Amino acid sequence: MTKAIRRVPSVLALSAAAFASLSAHAEWGNLNMPVGVTELSKEIHSLHMTIFWWCVAIGVFVFGWMIWSLVAFRKSQGAKPDTTMVHSTKAEIIWTVIPVGILVIMAIPAARTLIAIEDMRGSEISIKATGYQWKWQYEYLGEDVSFFSQLDRQSDEARQLKSGVDPNSVQDYLLNVDNPMVVPEDTKIRMLLTGQDVIHAWWVPAFGMKKDAIPGTINELWFKVDAGKTGIYRGQCAELCGRDHGFMPVVVKVVTKEEYKAWLAAQKAAASPAPAEAPADAPAADAVAALPAAPRG
Amino acid sequence: MANSTTAHAHDDHDHKPHGIKRWLYATNHKDIGTMYLVFACAMFFMGGAMALVIRAELFQPGLQFVDPGFFNSMTTMHALLMIFGAVMPAWTGLANWMVPMQVGAPDMALPRLNNFSFWLLPFAFTLLLLTLFVPGGAPAGGWTLYPPLSLQAGDSFPLTIFAIHLMGISSILGAINVVVTILNMRAPGMGLLNMPLFCWTWLITAYLLIAVMPVLAGAVTMLLTDHFFGTSFFTASGGGDPVMFQHIFWFFGHPEVYILILPAFGVVSEIIPTFARKPLFGYESMVYATASIAFLSFIVWAHHMFTVGMPLAGQLFFMLSTMLIAVPTGVKVFNWCATMWKGSISFETPMLFALAFLFLFTLGGFSGLMLAIVPADFQYHDSYFVVAHFHYVLVPGAVFAIMAGVYYWLPKWSGRMYNEKVGKLHFWLSTIGVNVLFFPQHFLGLAGMPRRIPDYSTQFADWNMVSSIGAFIFGFSQLLFVYVVWNAVRSGEKAPARPWEGAHGLEWELPTPAPYHSWDTPPPRNVITQGAMH
Repeated sequence: MTKAIRRVPSVLALSAAAFASLSAHAEWGNLNMPVGVTELSKEIHSLHMTIFWWCVAIGVFVFGWMIWSLVAFRKSQGAKPDTTMVHSTKAEIIWTVIPVGILVIMAIPAARTLIAIEDMRGSEISIKATGYQWKWQYEYLGEDVSFFSQLDRQSDEARQLKSGVDPNSVQDYLLNVDNPMVVPEDTKIRMLLTGQDVIHAWWVPAFGMKKDAIPGTINELWFKVDAGKTGIYRGQCAELCGRDHGFMPVVVKVVTKEEYKAWLAAQKAAASPAPAEAPADAPAADAVAALPAAPRG
Repeated sequence: MANSTTAHAHDDHDHKPHGIKRWLYATNHKDIGTMYLVFACAMFFMGGAMALVIRAELFQPGLQFVDPGFFNSMTTMHALLMIFGAVMPAWTGLANWMVPMQVGAPDMALPRLNNFSFWLLPFAFTLLLLTLFVPGGAPAGGWTLYPPLSLQAGDSFPLTIFAIHLMGISSILGAINVVVTILNMRAPGMGLLNMPLFCWTWLITAYLLIAVMPVLAGAVTMLLTDHFFGTSFFTASGGGDPVMFQHIFWFFGHPEVYILILPAFGVVSEIIPTFARKPLFGYESMVYATASIAFLSFIVWAHHMFTVGMPLAGQLFFMLSTMLIAVPTGVKVFNWCATMWKGSISFETPMLFALAFLFLFTLGGFSGLMLAIVPADFQYHDSYFVVAHFHYVLVPGAVFAIMAGVYYWLPKWSGRMYNEKVGKLHFWLSTIGVNVLFFPQHFLGLAGMPRRIPDYSTQFADWNMVSSIGAFIFGFSQLLFVYVVWNAVRSGEKAPARPWEGAHGLEWELPTPAPYHSWDTPPPRNVITQGAMH
């Protein structure tokens, strides 16, 4: 007994230390959808918040009603049941019509955003992304630029079964690639998506967009990163695609228009000259790491 | 009451076969119901063990225990076992036990078919579980079996397909039995709108099963011929379309979701009035709401696949039809609330589970409403937000309702009471565990964690750890459930014929424990009108 009591402070200290170490790299605050860096992702976020608050409002009413009943009509407090209360057409009309109204209110902005999402007109750059087990290929259509993008070596070593490498010691563990896709800011980019072997899905949460890359089909999506939002944005394959589904990240580097032109020119220069030269089909990974990380990074 | 007790006294010396033959050749609805429930419980623990493998691996970032391929097998098998092995057989088991007792019938209409539909299941799941030991391992392409990935499976492929065929046949036969029993074996004087809601929801569920299980059978058969006989229904290189599989699959899959949850609505609609000591509010609107949900379930399937690239008009249609489901579901929740209003409520274990169902199923309904908003779904889709959503409607939804039903009817089945203290302990550990387990998964999904991954970026570490702790609390507290039931059956206190003072319905007019053959002579009409007071 006394032994147990003496142990209490040390247990408390231990759990406090454990909690502190958890909050050291704390991501406890990751509770909600990030706002994103494109107009569409902001609209999607605001739809998400609107429907969320509607749910909260309905929840307060419904859960309030339930809790009220459970407290006020307890048998232990001598509540007598009113067995005549079995039906009310008026109540039923009310709780059918009001939800329909709320749904209509929600459906209108949702439909408006959806129409904008599906509007592919006026894109300036088209990039075809092909999902492979387990990497992405990016082809800049009309530019003769094409390269593969797969999990960076550091993450790949750390993610092996019982590797002994602490994932916390790897920068952007599982969210970093050797060759990221590069796009300019403030430009409407159209992505064409397809799969080589099985179905994959291309997802960058900061762009608000996810779409399946399906063999035999070409899907489209578009995004336009706001001016001034250069940086690196990270996502993952979002459709189960086999053993290494968890290990094919999507990384997009957003640069200024000038930097993009320079990058594209360098890519072409590297790809076109003498075949003697090693085909350097992408920028060096360290160039990516040198850039400041985006808020979502 | 007294009359019916004496009328059934002779049932006690009803001779039944003994030993293994009683179960192998069983045609009695109660014996078959028990077998279904025991089987479901076994599968629940097996599927649960697989879930714990998943949550153990996800406890920390990095791969500590299993290979990613095996991890994928675990997620796939967990889903197949829980859906087809645990929840669906548990509902059939409850239907077997309760439908004849509730409609005033001696047994199910087709007892030999009943035997066959149960005994298919052990073979089906033996085939499925065998895949764990074949070259290439168990199926790892997800329970949805999307091609082309599912076609990459090794020797497990044909075993899985045939297992699904057997499960499908079993479900269809079970459903036919329920339909025939309800439509033909009701006691004289019991109209369809006098039936308890459990019978109503099961009747509608049975029609859903008959409608969609053949669709699943067709879809998996096409997979089989794609794999072995050179067809290309779903192979793009041969002119097929992988997306067509998804359309066919979800045309089965969405009604399937309601197959899992509609009987839960029925059970909760029995339990809440009993412990609120007040008839169910809006009985008829409950029936119509159930029927509307069942109808809508056929026209919302593509909301599972908004990201496959559908035409705008298609996306708008499926968004609106999906949102519409909130209306009849809302009607049900409001009716349950109104049932408790001005009631006289007590909190025995079945009621506690029914209340947890009411709160947490509604929560799962909210995230379902959010998922219906297509633009937002582009973010939620295939993330942990979806995992949180469907586990909220399936675990504290369907599974809690099954447990509520077992606690509620166990005294009638066994003639003995369960231990209320341990039952309540089981309830509180389950409810706390399930929320610690699944609530943080909303955060993970919104923060961008995809589902079905064995390892994750370090930013997701904290909430995954919490979720895993919840999983172990929830998982191990289910052992208490087995203990409570076992203990009640072996050595519980003798239960009266009507252990719950507020209970209505024909099953409570039978003596306790329920006689081997339920209603040899139809119950008198006054008992029906008395019992069927909703």
